[in-house]
Order: sequence, then structure tokens, then C-alpha cells
Amino acid sequence: MARLIGGVGSSHVPAIGNAIEQKLQGEPYWKPFFKGYEPVWQWMEEKKPDVAILVYNDHGLNFFLDAMPTFAIGAAAEYQNADEGWGLKPLDPFKGDPDFSWHLIDSLVHDEFDITMCQEMQVDHGFTVPMSLMWPQQALRDQVKVIPLCVNVVQYPFPTARRCLRLGEAIGRAVASYEEDLDVVILGTGGLSHQLDGERAGHINREFDMEFLGRLKDDPEWLLQFTNYELAEKVGSQGVEMIMWLIMRGALGDNIRELSRNYHIPISNTAAGVVLFETLLP
Amino acid sequence: MQSLKGRKPIPGTIIFDGHQAVKGYQLNKMCFSFNEAANREAFLQDEEAYCKRYGLTDDQRAAVRERDVLKLLNLGGNIYYLAKLTGIFGLNMQDIGAQQAGVTLEEFRAKLLAAGEK
Repeated sequence: MARLIGGVGSSHVPAIGNAIEQKLQGEPYWKPFFKGYEPVWQWMEEKKPDVAILVYNDHGLNFFLDAMPTFAIGAAAEYQNADEGWGLKPLDPFKGDPDFSWHLIDSLVHDEFDITMCQEMQVDHGFTVPMSLMWPQQALRDQVKVIPLCVNVVQYPFPTARRCLRLGEAIGRAVASYEEDLDVVILGTGGLSHQLDGERAGHINREFDMEFLGRLKDDPEWLLQFTNYELAEKVGSQGVEMIMWLIMRGALGDNIRELSRNYHIPISNTAAGVVLFETLLP
Repeated sequence: MQSLKGRKPIPGTIIFDGHQAVKGYQLNKMCFSFNEAANREAFLQDEEAYCKRYGLTDDQRAAVRERDVLKLLNLGGNIYYLAKLTGIFGLNMQDIGAQQAGVTLEEFRAKLLAAGEK
């Protein structure tokens, strides 16, 4: 049977993709950020997961405002990165696992999560930056299959934080019911506090981020007291992306330990966080 | 939008709800087209004609001419789509962050670095 062996929460700023492309990891600006990923690299190297479920948001590459799914899952054999209109050079395609995708979709819909199913899906920096952060070399990325789970955090209304946590729990059940012998990790990406638009651009909220990170393991429901609008007020309009971390957290269940955590301000306009959880076998 | 009705506005923040998405649909649709290099090229060849082809309003066309991100946001632009437009002008997220906050790029960066030192 498939097993969720762990999860990572991580930010996804496009500038990170540039830094990797230009090999700036050792520069003073970037070092404290990339250092936070060393435990993740070691853990991935040691555990060698077969499949990653990558929870992220699209920024206007694959989805436009003509039809905006709340939750969309890729069911393709391959996912292409492409020109987003600026900046990053497209990365090599990512290998999918369509059979597992269809199992997840089937299980989730029967669990009353109405998923948009995508047989073609281009993936943007929201997806590629976390992949590059988890597996910095192409050869490592080639060893893991990936299933994109795209969440609408672009056009209101967004799914509630509660819905995200519950979706995560349903993903946990879906993985556990898959008969293939696979080690699976789940990545919750985006956030932490940041705001790109309006006169308040550059808004950061360290105190809130720290509390969120501190409570994520034992008290993820803490975040549910805030509506997305209240969250936007506190952590910035794009900081609300942190609700995607709850999908990761919900999937892992409560028998977990935290192996590492890092928090760094700023990467571009963003407070960047990374946390690594491992599930404990019963 | 039902879920946002009666909410106290967040200072310096425009929430991209259904109302804004309707207002900015054509503007964002134009920006979405900039994922293709050929369309960025066509825009640069004749900005006004390109904007008209997508049916932008007079106000939106003026804001594009002025490279005014705050105005474009108010007129329904979404920041992720607008970033594809401003990218054509060589402006990244920090450039447009500074522009919106009404400070120089150096001041904008310094403020973010200072937030990291607390």
C-alpha cells in the first residue's frame, strides 16, 4: 500500500528560481534562505520518495479567469513548464503518475471533494520553484513522479482554511487506500506573509508567521479562526497562500514529528518559510 | 461578493473579488496573452492597437500608457497578470512594489531588509 512518509511546507517566490539558475545560493542575500533547505535535501536523499503531491497555485499560466477551479488535480504523464511572460527559463518537463492521480481524484470525489480533473496542465513557478528547492539537481527531480494539486488563491472567494485542512485529511485517506507500494511526500507551498499589490506592497508580518509555524504541528486548527479576508489583513493579500500548507498538514495526520524549520525575511517581497515533517509509522 | 460584504477595507489593499474580476476581465485577458513571446512583440510594435484589440476601456488604456500599477489594479487588474505586462517594460515585483508604495526601489528594499532584522 502507498504510505505518506512526510511533508514539507515551503515558499515559492520566482526570484528563487532566478537565484538557482544563476547559482547565487552562497551569496549573503541567499545563504540564510537556502541553508534552511539542507535538512530537506538530506531527508529526501535518504528517503527517496517515489511520488510527490505538490499543492500550489497557478499565477496565470495554465488557468485564466474564464474558468477558475477551486481545486484542480493533474492526471497527465508529463507536466510542462512554460514561459510565464517574464524571467524564468522553462525547466525540463516533470513526470506524472496518471494511475495514482486517478485514484486520488476518484477517492476525493467519493469523499465529497469536487475536483477539477486535468489531463493537460502547464505548471508555473508556483510548482517549479518548490520542485527545484526540494530536489536541486535535474537528476534528483527525474527520480520522483509528481502530482500537481492547484488551489485557487488568486480570485476570491478562495477555499476556506478549514476546507483546505479537510481536503488534506481526505488526501491522507486517499493515499492510504492506494494499493501500489509507494512512498509519498506532500508539499504545501506558497506564503508566508507577503503582499505584492497596492500601496501596502511589501507588507510582512513576522509575529503572525512565527505563530503559524509554531502551531502548525500540534494545533493546525489555530489558523481556522481567521477568514481569508482577515488573513489578508494580517499577512498580506498573497500571504493567504499559507492556507495551502494546511492541505499538506491535514494529509499527514497527527502522528508526526518536525525535523526542521527555517524562517527568513526577505526573499524579494516575501517572508520565506520552510518546515519538514516526518510521519511516524504506527 | 457575499462573503466580503460589509467588510472594513484593508488600507492600501485591493481584494481581487468577483467585482474586480469583472471590471478587469479584458485587461487581464490581454495580460494573459503575454505568456506568448509573439504577443509581447506585437504589443511593443503598437501598444495602443493591441490594447484596443482586447477592448480595454479609455481609463485602462491611459493607465497602461502611464505604466501606473495602482491605477491598473483599481481598474480591475490582477497583480499576477499585471506582472506579465510590467515585465515587458523590464519591471520586476520589487520595482512595481516600490512604485505602488510610493518609494524608491532602494527604500523599498531597505524596508524589507529591516523587517528581517527585528
